[in-house]
Amino acid sequence: MDDSVRKAVLAAVPSLRAFAISLCGNVDRADDLVQETLLRALANIDSFQPGTNMSAWLFTILRNHFRSEYRKRRREVEDGEGHYAETLKSQPDQIGQVEFREFREALAQLPADQREALVLVGASGFSYEEAAHICGCAVGTIKSRVNRARTRLAELMGIESAEEFGPDQQTRAVLASGE
Amino acid sequence: MNDRKPLGQQRTMETAAPNRNKKGNPKPAKLSRDVQARLGQQLRAMYDEVVNQGVPDRFSDLLNRINGGNKDKQ
Repeated sequence: MDDSVRKAVLAAVPSLRAFAISLCGNVDRADDLVQETLLRALANIDSFQPGTNMSAWLFTILRNHFRSEYRKRRREVEDGEGHYAETLKSQPDQIGQVEFREFREALAQLPADQREALVLVGASGFSYEEAAHICGCAVGTIKSRVNRARTRLAELMGIESAEEFGPDQQTRAVLASGE
Repeated sequence: MNDRKPLGQQRTMETAAPNRNKKGNPKPAKLSRDVQARLGQQLRAMYDEVVNQGVPDRFSDLLNRINGGNKDKQ
């Protein structure tokens, strides 16, 4: 394997893991998914066109592999939140802990199509065009999935205006009453 | 009829069901820029938390192994 290829693959790993976790909702399974993705990618490295986006290529393989192998198993392992909590030990100070947890729970409830579109565009930094390529659909489809994902997230979190991202006190009250 | 509650009241126990699902409500709420920005911030915070963990040994070892097997066997 060319050293530059190896470096490019390695450089994509952190982001692949983050994407995989958002798909699987479980760190261990996500890491298995990444490993299988890397093995597939390296076995088919000849089909990678030099000069194109290595990261997008790997994301496509991971996403397709998840779709064909993992998704059907998803319901069997629905303890994603606990694993998330383990992985995410810290969080940015500007986001309240309760709100952050609510967000992750809401994200996990999104339909898979919407979640992957939102993550690819909103977190992985892909363009709508790249995300469409990765997901094998039209650009317009990605745009509408992202929009629906945002709307649904806000609904799930009970947010209609920015003010409702209240101080932690408020969100804590909501959470406490929900338990 | 009276579904416009003051903000404080939306936060009380009886309305705090986490899933305020608007079934049958066709109107897709248009999110303000602020809300979108905030959701985006949370999404990236979650994602970056994982990205910042870097490359676990498991994966660098894997690539080194494959590399060694292909190229310079030691």
